[in-house]
Amino acid sequence: MKFLPFIFRNLFRKKTRTALTVGSIAVALFLFGLLVAIETALNAGVDVAGVDRLIVRNKTSLIMPLPLAYQERLRQIDHVNEATFATWFGGIYQEPKNFFPQFAIDTETYRTLFPEFVIPDDQWQAFLADQEGAVVGKLTADRFGWKVGDRIPIQGTIWTGTWDFNIRAIYEGSRGGDDESQFWFQWKYLEERRQTSFGGGTVGWYTVKIDDPDNAVAVSKAIDDRFANSAWETSTETEAAFAAGFAKQIGNIRMLIMSIGSVVLFTLLLVTGNTMAMAVRERVPELGVLKTLGFGDKTVLFMVLSESLVIAAVGGALGLGLAKLFTLGGDPTGGMLPLFHLSSGDMVLGATIALVVGLVAGSIPALTAMNLRIVDALRRV
Amino acid sequence: MAIPFSYNIRSVVARWKAAVVSVLGIAGTVGVFIAMLAMAKGFQATLISSGSTSNAIIRRAGAASEMDSGVSLDQVRVIADATQVARNTGGEPLSSPEVVVIGAFQLKKSGTDANVQIRGMTPLVLEVRPSVEVIAGRFFEPGLAELVVGSNALEIYEGFDLGSTVSFGSQDWKVVGIFDAGGSAFDSEIWADYTILSQAFKRPTTVFSSLTTRLNSPTDFESFKDALTSDPRLTVQVEREQEYYAQQSQMVSTLIRVLGFLVAFVMAIGAVFGALNTMYSAVAARAREIATMRALGFGGGSVVLSFLFESLLIAVVGGVLGCIAVLPLNGFTAGTINWQTFSHLAFAFKVTPDLLVAGVVFAVLMGLLGGVLPAIRAARLQVAHALREL
Repeated sequence: MKFLPFIFRNLFRKKTRTALTVGSIAVALFLFGLLVAIETALNAGVDVAGVDRLIVRNKTSLIMPLPLAYQERLRQIDHVNEATFATWFGGIYQEPKNFFPQFAIDTETYRTLFPEFVIPDDQWQAFLADQEGAVVGKLTADRFGWKVGDRIPIQGTIWTGTWDFNIRAIYEGSRGGDDESQFWFQWKYLEERRQTSFGGGTVGWYTVKIDDPDNAVAVSKAIDDRFANSAWETSTETEAAFAAGFAKQIGNIRMLIMSIGSVVLFTLLLVTGNTMAMAVRERVPELGVLKTLGFGDKTVLFMVLSESLVIAAVGGALGLGLAKLFTLGGDPTGGMLPLFHLSSGDMVLGATIALVVGLVAGSIPALTAMNLRIVDALRRV
Repeated sequence: MAIPFSYNIRSVVARWKAAVVSVLGIAGTVGVFIAMLAMAKGFQATLISSGSTSNAIIRRAGAASEMDSGVSLDQVRVIADATQVARNTGGEPLSSPEVVVIGAFQLKKSGTDANVQIRGMTPLVLEVRPSVEVIAGRFFEPGLAELVVGSNALEIYEGFDLGSTVSFGSQDWKVVGIFDAGGSAFDSEIWADYTILSQAFKRPTTVFSSLTTRLNSPTDFESFKDALTSDPRLTVQVEREQEYYAQQSQMVSTLIRVLGFLVAFVMAIGAVFGALNTMYSAVAARAREIATMRALGFGGGSVVLSFLFESLLIAVVGGVLGCIAVLPLNGFTAGTINWQTFSHLAFAFKVTPDLLVAGVVFAVLMGLLGGVLPAIRAARLQVAHALREL
């Protein structure tokens, strides 16, 4: 501890360089935070998928519906506790770029299957009581400044016309990473209004809750077998597999962004490490003097290493802090990455990376400093 | 009097280690900058090239894409009779009513399902879209459950080889041909006869997703559009095919651009820090040299210029290296889901000359930012003081 003032003096000797090195580390870690957040967002849904939930969709493709009658038949299958359904509405609020997902949901069962979405009870009752009611996620509500009681016109694209909804409830996710951008309304309302066009008596897909995640494979197979060779064949998979399937379709874009990002991160860290090493190399004669005065090899090692660690720690904290602030500011693309956030686990990972860089960058010059022979060091004066 | 540039070149060579690090930093930044823009550009180009300027696409008014549009057979007939629609040698109007649906097929790479656009039509489509060419096998026969597969779709999805049988929509389909659409979005699609496809997907055979018509000349578009939108029998929106596809690319290309700019911007700050560091240490290490030059009579201005030149030299070398590094990306094929149509789309990176120029300009900017302050510091050195220092 008594060396602390000495270390700080050294750091402040070349203020510009220290500031720039701290800055570079901060930038590298900021970038790390950003990339992790992008990765999380592109992988949306996989981490938070329920292990005991299965998604049943039409085998041909997701855009093909399933009959309403399947709900009762799904409930009869062994190990199935409950089945709920939803239909994709695909409406537009004001203009197409204001995208958010809208589902027509089965009000009787939806909430039991998705307990992670927290809705105040009185708001939920108000939603049930109003046929034109809607529940909206906090993120979307904040984005457009909607409050409970507002009347929102949505332009239908699949079922045309203007659909007016009353916001009756606002839900929040109970875990970090829950999707707070959805918009739900009563499937009964959709069914009633679309009688004149098409799609009556069908739903988009079912979500099934099973008793034990271990039965997922067997139940999926049982469901698909049950409806095989019918007019509406199904394809069933776990919610995680379903979300992962979607994430995989983003395809190599994600892989590319990530590999580019990693190369960048590596380069930045290399540059920073080099700067730190340079700073020590310049002071070799000084270290010789220290040793002459009687400071031991270990003490010299410790002093050089701590200098580098202090820089890494300050830079890392700064970078990660800024990254956290940035992600708190929300999705930079305006609605395409609704789950843009930096988890605390990833922040710990970032902090570890910063300290490792500090350690590695400092250890080579520190070891050199430790093994320095006084005569050689002084000769360079 | 100016300090000769050879002085800077030699000193960069003399301290090559520090210079290499700065060069790498700038090269990486420029490379990422160009790569992200090339990706966005390639995605956009793929969709834009799907549309022709002499074609018009007609959808139900209010539909966001072909996926949620519907045009009835009656309307199709009315539109095909419009005077602006070109006719082939047999006197048939060149109009292609199409049904667009999505099927789930396995990706070769990951083994998971992806959404594939399946388009139903009549063989007349080849005259409406002359850029599409059958490169293997033949086109489907009307009325048969046959498929022609886009060249990218063949590469990306499992089991579409020529002659193989695919089953979806409770129907077995035979792959009879492969087509090439010049790298456009159609290359990621699968084409089939519209009546069979509609039946397989339980759709009425008298409703289409969209209608694409070839016009006598691109200049006829406005009058064609006016004629259709003022016709009381029709409730449709008319767009140039090219504009429609440009719109379809907006979401994903914006996403890539925003992310690309963000990452490149952060990197640029890092690279400027690196350049500043290198230049500051260069100035510090050469304090005596600089003082000597000042003593010899070189003015402050020439010292500033000289150091700026050195910093720009490093930046330009880095920029050019970055450009060279991303050149091989040109033509690299990537695939992603297009959220606007919900379907998977293959596209090729496009590294264009203007992107390369933008990259070098970006590098020069970083060089200027990283060089100005150290150069000024160099010029302000106290001559007597610096000379005395060891």
